[in-house]
Amino acid sequence: MIPAKFDYIKATSIDQAISLLSQHGYEAKILAGGHSLLPAMKLRLNRPSVLIDIGGIDALGSITDEGDAIKAGANCTHYEIANSNLVKSHVNVLSQTARVIGDVQVRYRGTIGGSLAHADPASDYPAAILATDATISVRGSNGARDISATEFFQGIFTTALGEDEIITSIRFPKTANGTYVKFFQSASRFAVVGCAAVKNGNGIRVGITGVADTPYRASAVEQAYDGTTSAADHAIDGVDVMSDHFASEEYRAHLAKVFVRRALEQL
Amino acid sequence: MEINLSVNGSQVARDVTPMTTLSDFLREHLSLTGTHIGCDTSSCGACTVTMDGKAVKSCTVLAVQANGSEIITIEGLSENGSLHPVQEAFKEHHGLQCGFCTPGMVMTAVDILQNNPNPTEQEIRHGLEGNFCRCTGYHNIVKSVQHAAQSLNA
Ligand SMILES: Cc1cc2nc3c(=O)[nH]c(=O)nc-3n(C[C@H](O)[C@H](O)[C@H](O)COP(=O)(O)OP(=O)(O)OC[C@H]3O[C@@H](n4cnc5c(N)ncnc54)[C@H](O)[C@@H]3O)c2cc1C
Ligand code: FES
Ligand code: FES
Repeated sequence: MIPAKFDYIKATSIDQAISLLSQHGYEAKILAGGHSLLPAMKLRLNRPSVLIDIGGIDALGSITDEGDAIKAGANCTHYEIANSNLVKSHVNVLSQTARVIGDVQVRYRGTIGGSLAHADPASDYPAAILATDATISVRGSNGARDISATEFFQGIFTTALGEDEIITSIRFPKTANGTYVKFFQSASRFAVVGCAAVKNGNGIRVGITGVADTPYRASAVEQAYDGTTSAADHAIDGVDVMSDHFASEEYRAHLAKVFVRRALEQL
Repeated sequence: MEINLSVNGSQVARDVTPMTTLSDFLREHLSLTGTHIGCDTSSCGACTVTMDGKAVKSCTVLAVQANGSEIITIEGLSENGSLHPVQEAFKEHHGLQCGFCTPGMVMTAVDILQNNPNPTEQEIRHGLEGNFCRCTGYHNIVKSVQHAAQSLNA
């Protein structure tokens, strides 16, 4: 399969990528690992006429210790995140999440920035982003800004990212104790349901992906949490549960409760 | 666009359109047809090659993205006419039937063993998650990788 015709530009800096993006407008797309975009282009679901490859921009590629937080550049691959000692020791829930994305080949190429920008409702990272209360740093022609986890995700394939903005990094507050559990789609390995939970003082924070068209913080679970797993019954309180050929609404609702319970058991 | 890369140890320079995938580039431009295209949608792993030492699905990498990189395909594994230990193990332990998935399986197995010279059976199965085989039922593939690990460590 061959994608529709496009021009390819390899960007060498963040500024250049942003200026190319504002110059070409909606005709252009950023290319990171290509593991969501290229399959969509080959199926002609997406036909950008310009691809701006940010894959070689070093400034987007590192994982650093920022004192009270770990910062991951947008271009960090799932493999790099899963195997980073900084991530393992300070944001273990993120490491656990990256390890169960797709397969080895996907983890070598796919990036955290690409996954977040793409905002597939069955993607894994959003649960950990919400549970750790991470901040997404973005830059565009109007400058840089930070977007909170709860504001970032807005719907199926929809985020708070502006037209000419790119994600530069994600800042994860250090969280000692956390876990990610997921029910795999049997063929693609995406998350039918994914639940990340972290300890937050005496309480917990819980992020859920795959269940609704937008990933969400399970506030009802957080409020009901009493140290046992009974709060899992509130997994879908106030949530419009999705239904598709992988799982009906009823089944997904059931899975959400089961996977929140399993996450709480591991805290 | 002009790209320059190393394929199986030789430097190659070619003019490609940006739309060319790495898998098409290897097969059509370099006639390296050992890299198979199964699904062409990043699901089956038949097209796996290593790029800078990492297993990638070449149907989901643009040739222009591979500019400057080092690619090894199934054709590049054998040395002086003798099979690579992973290839030898697949042959010896019936790790293939029709052979369609085999180049991808072998390239992924090489990657697994590079990172983890003594993988458990579970780690091998997890490592091969992105490679589908419609013939063998996987058991002999896993066995082949286990034997390859032994001979590489010997
Ligand atoms: C076989 C297979 C299995 C998979 N399984 C899973 C799974 O289990 N769980 C899961 O979560 N995902 C899964 N994925 C998706 C995978 O994680 C992708 O790598 C990821 O969704 C996209 O990252 P990318 O770097 O490849 O982005 P690309 O495909 O390059 O880009 C995706 C989108 O994001 C935009 N973009 C990229 N980077 C930026 C940036 N820095 N700023 C702004 N916009 C940007 C692009 O313009 C594009 O619209 C799977 C993919 C495949 C092919
Ligand atoms: S042909 Fe590339 S993954 Fe199937
Ligand atoms: S041997 Fe036939 S598909 Fe694997």
